[in-house]
Amino acid sequence: MRTSAEALRGLAADLAAEAGPGGTFMEVCGTHTMAIARYGLRELLPPGVRLVSGPGCPVCVTAMRDLDTVVALCGLPGMTIATFGDLVRVPASRASLAEARAAGADVRVVYSPLDAVELAAADPTREVVFVGIGFETTAPTTAAAVVEARQRGVRNFSILALHKTMPLALKALLELGETPIRGFLLPGHVSVITGSECFAFLAADHGVGGVVAGFQPSDILEALLMLVRQTAPAVDNQYTRAVQPQGNPAAQALMDRVFEPCDADWRGLGLIPGSGLRLRAELADHDAAVRFPVDAGEPLEPAGCRCGDVLRGVTDPAECPLFGRRCRPEAPVGACMVSSEGACAARYRYRGLDD
Amino acid sequence: MTEPGGERILLGHGSGGRLYRDLVNDVFVTAFANPVLDRLDDAAVLASSGRIAVTTDSHVVRPLRFPGGDIGRLSVAGTVNDLATAAARPLALAAAFVIEEGLPLDELRALCASMASTAEEAGVDVVTGDTKVVERGACDGVFITTTGVGEVVVQHDLGAGSVCDGDAVLLSGEIGAHAVAVLAARGEFHFRTPVESDSAPLWRLVEAAVAAAGPGLRFLRDPTRGGLTTVLAELAEESGLGLEIEEEAIPVAPGVHAVCELLGLDPLTLANEGKMVLVTAPEAADAVLDALRGAPYGAGAVRIGSVTAAHGGRVALRTRLGTRRVLDMPVGELLPRIC
Amino acid sequence: MCIAVPMQILSVDGTMATIGVEGLEQRASLALVPDAGVGDWVLVHAGYAINILAADDAQETLSLLAELGEWGAQDDPDADVG
Repeated sequence: MRTSAEALRGLAADLAAEAGPGGTFMEVCGTHTMAIARYGLRELLPPGVRLVSGPGCPVCVTAMRDLDTVVALCGLPGMTIATFGDLVRVPASRASLAEARAAGADVRVVYSPLDAVELAAADPTREVVFVGIGFETTAPTTAAAVVEARQRGVRNFSILALHKTMPLALKALLELGETPIRGFLLPGHVSVITGSECFAFLAADHGVGGVVAGFQPSDILEALLMLVRQTAPAVDNQYTRAVQPQGNPAAQALMDRVFEPCDADWRGLGLIPGSGLRLRAELADHDAAVRFPVDAGEPLEPAGCRCGDVLRGVTDPAECPLFGRRCRPEAPVGACMVSSEGACAARYRYRGLDD
Repeated sequence: MTEPGGERILLGHGSGGRLYRDLVNDVFVTAFANPVLDRLDDAAVLASSGRIAVTTDSHVVRPLRFPGGDIGRLSVAGTVNDLATAAARPLALAAAFVIEEGLPLDELRALCASMASTAEEAGVDVVTGDTKVVERGACDGVFITTTGVGEVVVQHDLGAGSVCDGDAVLLSGEIGAHAVAVLAARGEFHFRTPVESDSAPLWRLVEAAVAAAGPGLRFLRDPTRGGLTTVLAELAEESGLGLEIEEEAIPVAPGVHAVCELLGLDPLTLANEGKMVLVTAPEAADAVLDALRGAPYGAGAVRIGSVTAAHGGRVALRTRLGTRRVLDMPVGELLPRIC
Repeated sequence: MCIAVPMQILSVDGTMATIGVEGLEQRASLALVPDAGVGDWVLVHAGYAINILAADDAQETLSLLAELGEWGAQDDPDADVG
């Protein structure tokens, strides 16, 4: 059985035999972060092979100013904020959404942006704003929801577009050059949409290899093995069961119809031009940023928080002085600890006995 | 004239007068039918020898009915099970109802019938109660608080303080079903599943374990809100000892994994309403497992791990891959209104 | 956030579909996979099918999940979604 402990140890042994000088590999997907932590895959890696987390958790990379905007929107009369559950406990400058809800704001957790459209359709007296966070896996679903709302004439539905795209962030990360990265584990489900080809520039322009990986432990170890086996930088695909080189053209077309690139502020990476998605002008009727401008106030970063460094893979969660002490899942200081896919949350939750 | 089945609870039903008296007789006394309740005294008088256990639980589950159970069954089973964790045979139950104005009487009757049948299963009666009615919107249909009194049938102390290095950790059956069934019934996440709540009274199960274990029974707790993880984490914290749990040994109810995968939930943190965690002396483990498997609701009983003096206060989960990680109490609101 | 599960399309009505796997049924939008039809396996994320999978690829993911004990209604008689 491929996933049995022996099979995985077999993959790990191959990795040890072939890793050569080792190196630092970076994963850039929160779901990979969780999978690696949950199955204790780091324990199976040979010495010299280091796996770090990058800016792959969409909630974690959302800038404080944007979080504050969401919280400020909560306070508008007649407003319902619909959001994925991941965002609810993240501390913004002055309060989290959970705290805003306890103080009377109407905050609803939804599983799908379509649920938010239904909420709006069910009660035309309220305005429903769906908080659109996530990378290219999720952006098409938000796009489809906007199109649906428009077609059905659901005018009280809008989105706060906070989606970001991966390739320019990886480029920015490499250009910072803080950590020599031998290769990337590339996000499996982002690649379902974008296609593996969209990451080819990593090898072509930056000389860094990458392999698109699935989410089972065997997928991740196989991808690492493919990485160490590359004789020259290349972008390969381990997750062939789900990912094609060209991705999902229908989803890409829908994204293009609804969104256009814009500048985006990433926690940890700062402003990356063209790395965000905003609604096109003709869809302003469904753009919460246009319809409900709010003053979010000055963003306040929590003192001592190292989330930015963690997101660039420069600081290991355990190296943050707040980790496990002042910053724990039940009392988080920063997004990386509270998000279900944050590197710190993963490290804390799935820590070994000696950690 | 109101149509049959068209009757609803009115504010007047809670006011203590004629309407209230009629409600008590027509619905509660009829459903629970026992000599003590029939007297309708303000307090029920019981006889007992030995040590008494008492427990109380409020039930606010939404929705009121879900596959495998309803708030009525939950309220009786939940309190019977709490008594069972003290190895106490249930002697009597009290049930207090806070009912929302407008609740159809037929629904109330059905919930009481469910309570009565669950109580009968557990060999206990509802001997006294209270009813209040609140205006529409002030509660969701009905909140039920049950208080149970039981007679402790063991001579020795049970609890985290009695647990020792080397003890066996047992689980009476598959986990995760209740939370998934309620979540599906709530409709927020728009999925359908054949999973049914495991809500069940466990006195007979515990009685069998007590008989088999004798003084070798150390600890009993039911993994309700917060799931198995919470019971294990609390046990480790309260006892100061460590636990070694085998992930592969933990049985998860069919259909639960699919929902967890879909919604990003962890089966180990999901609420159960018909399961028991037991800790026994190592030499008693096999006999207790046999007894559990022969008792109602215990067919799937397994050993899931051991108590250890190492890493005191912490639960170590050995994953299928052979790696070990710490199991923490879950944080955050998880799934509200689940029991 | 990139959780996505392989599920099979059981019925279609307009752009919505009923999808299921191992007894679990859900509604999902096919807006991102206009060519999908009944019987197709799709990866589902946030209430949308995000691509079509070959049946054996879907089964492979499900088998991997099952091997991990992450899955497992195979012997559940109620899991037969028909």
